[in-house]
Amino acid sequence: MLTQNFWSKQSTREGLSGYAFMLPTIVVLGIFLILPIIYTIILAFHRVQVLGEVSYRFNGLKNFVRMADDDRIWIALQNTAEYVAIVVPIQTILALGLALILNTNIKGKSWFRVAFFLPTVTSSAVLTLIFMWIYNTNGLLNHFLSLFGFSAYNWLGDPDVALKGIMIMNIWATAPLFMVIYLAALQDIPESLYEAAAIDGATPWEKFWCITLPFLKPVTFFVIVMGIIGTFQLFDQSYIFSGGSGGPNNATLTIVLLIYQYAFKNLQMGYALALTLVLALIIMSVTLIQRIFFKEESLD
Amino acid sequence: MVRSTRLLTWVLYLGLALYTLITFIPFTWALSASFKSLAEISSGATNFIPQNFTLDNYNQIFTQEPLFGRWLLNSVVVAVIVTVFNLLFNSMAGYALARINFPGRQWWFFLVLAVLVIPGQITLLPKFLILKSFGWLNSYQGLIVPTVVNATFIFMMRQFFLNFPKELEEAAKLDGLNRFETFFQVVLPLAKPALAAQTIFIFMGSWNEFLLPLVVMSNPEMFTLPLGLNAFRGQYVTFWNLIMAASMVFTLPALAIYAFFNRYFIQGVTFTGGK
Repeated sequence: MLTQNFWSKQSTREGLSGYAFMLPTIVVLGIFLILPIIYTIILAFHRVQVLGEVSYRFNGLKNFVRMADDDRIWIALQNTAEYVAIVVPIQTILALGLALILNTNIKGKSWFRVAFFLPTVTSSAVLTLIFMWIYNTNGLLNHFLSLFGFSAYNWLGDPDVALKGIMIMNIWATAPLFMVIYLAALQDIPESLYEAAAIDGATPWEKFWCITLPFLKPVTFFVIVMGIIGTFQLFDQSYIFSGGSGGPNNATLTIVLLIYQYAFKNLQMGYALALTLVLALIIMSVTLIQRIFFKEESLD
Repeated sequence: MVRSTRLLTWVLYLGLALYTLITFIPFTWALSASFKSLAEISSGATNFIPQNFTLDNYNQIFTQEPLFGRWLLNSVVVAVIVTVFNLLFNSMAGYALARINFPGRQWWFFLVLAVLVIPGQITLLPKFLILKSFGWLNSYQGLIVPTVVNATFIFMMRQFFLNFPKELEEAAKLDGLNRFETFFQVVLPLAKPALAAQTIFIFMGSWNEFLLPLVVMSNPEMFTLPLGLNAFRGQYVTFWNLIMAASMVFTLPALAIYAFFNRYFIQGVTFTGGK
């Protein structure tokens, strides 16, 4: 592949400086990204001992076979599915609604945009603690509901509502992020389309259905996929909420939390790595589906 | 027609006001709790303005929890160093991928794109094993080194430098500057908007990161604030006044960065699509 030209002094210097600029990236991505991926793939088929010196022994497909009988995986997947089914549609519609409002020529929209963003820039640890406090038996939520005659309820301790508490918090925290993405997309819709529609006598409602929505299709797809991927990676909130247990009664157990527990509480690193591999395949296939459907023009 | 438009405007404002309220209530409630006494909090009153305004909680978290100051320091050290290195390394890589014609460039660019698809949680356990073998658990470098480059922002910087006017570099070359001098003296100072967008995301990401520190740091002295906050909560379960004060101390620096770089924030979000 190396052409003669490459050996000229100029090109050599260019090549060297290129690699010099890339060196930190190559080293860090190599050691902390490429190597871990290779590790995961290999060690998922091993029994890994982490106490003291790390050692491993090949055990074939045992880690994967074991998953079929592991009830907690199914609970975690079920929680995730429930979470996706509720959170993703609500946060997408909320984000779109807010973006549509802010896209009108309303006054003070940049102020609203900055304000709405507050939860998105706050750490998940802080948000979780604030919400736990609001949800607690003597908390703001119960006081608010008592105005309408409801009696105090232990929101945190009930397995039926614990996950919903996290859902509400995450919808609240994530919707503004997607709102900004929608806003950017709305601003890309050519004004001439609306003008043409106005000449044809289209009502605002018809404009929305026939111009705005079709235009937002790729963005919506992107927002939904990002929402799903985010859900599969849910960890911080569940961990802090349940003190690391995924409780009450596994109600807040997520896949990443399960992996964490197997690796660092049960010290079954090999099994945890096999689970990681499965999670990676799920997330990457979701991402790939998105990349295929939603051609990224920016890559060209 | 005019009347219905005006009515619609009012409905929209009402919606926005309501949502602003929903956004702010949890924060103001937490902020107000951090200035209340424990007695006032336990009484279950729902006043947002403290009856007896007190700074005791802030005082107490630093005195009663001797490690609190240390956690704050750890978080600052890690987040600042990570941010500085990211700005430098991501820009260098982005510049090389956009402008320098070196063998294998396409291949490296493809690798950066591939890395974008891989979520951090997936490399967590092997990262732990590698850091353990380096003897880097419970050390700053264990948190810093794995996060000093970021594929998303390498990609962003590449896009930025692709649109960078070539004439400036050519002029620099005529002045006898080499690649490094050109980059640091001519190119980088003109990349400020892109660097500002990066600063917010990298700093916030590092400052708020929970999972990696949880795995790398087991010694309480090396905790960053999110871990400390979690431990603190375990210890002072019902002392919500203290927990909220600690939460506020933790939120403030991130908020300051956000306020300061806010105008670059939106372009960053729309670029990265979050994360």
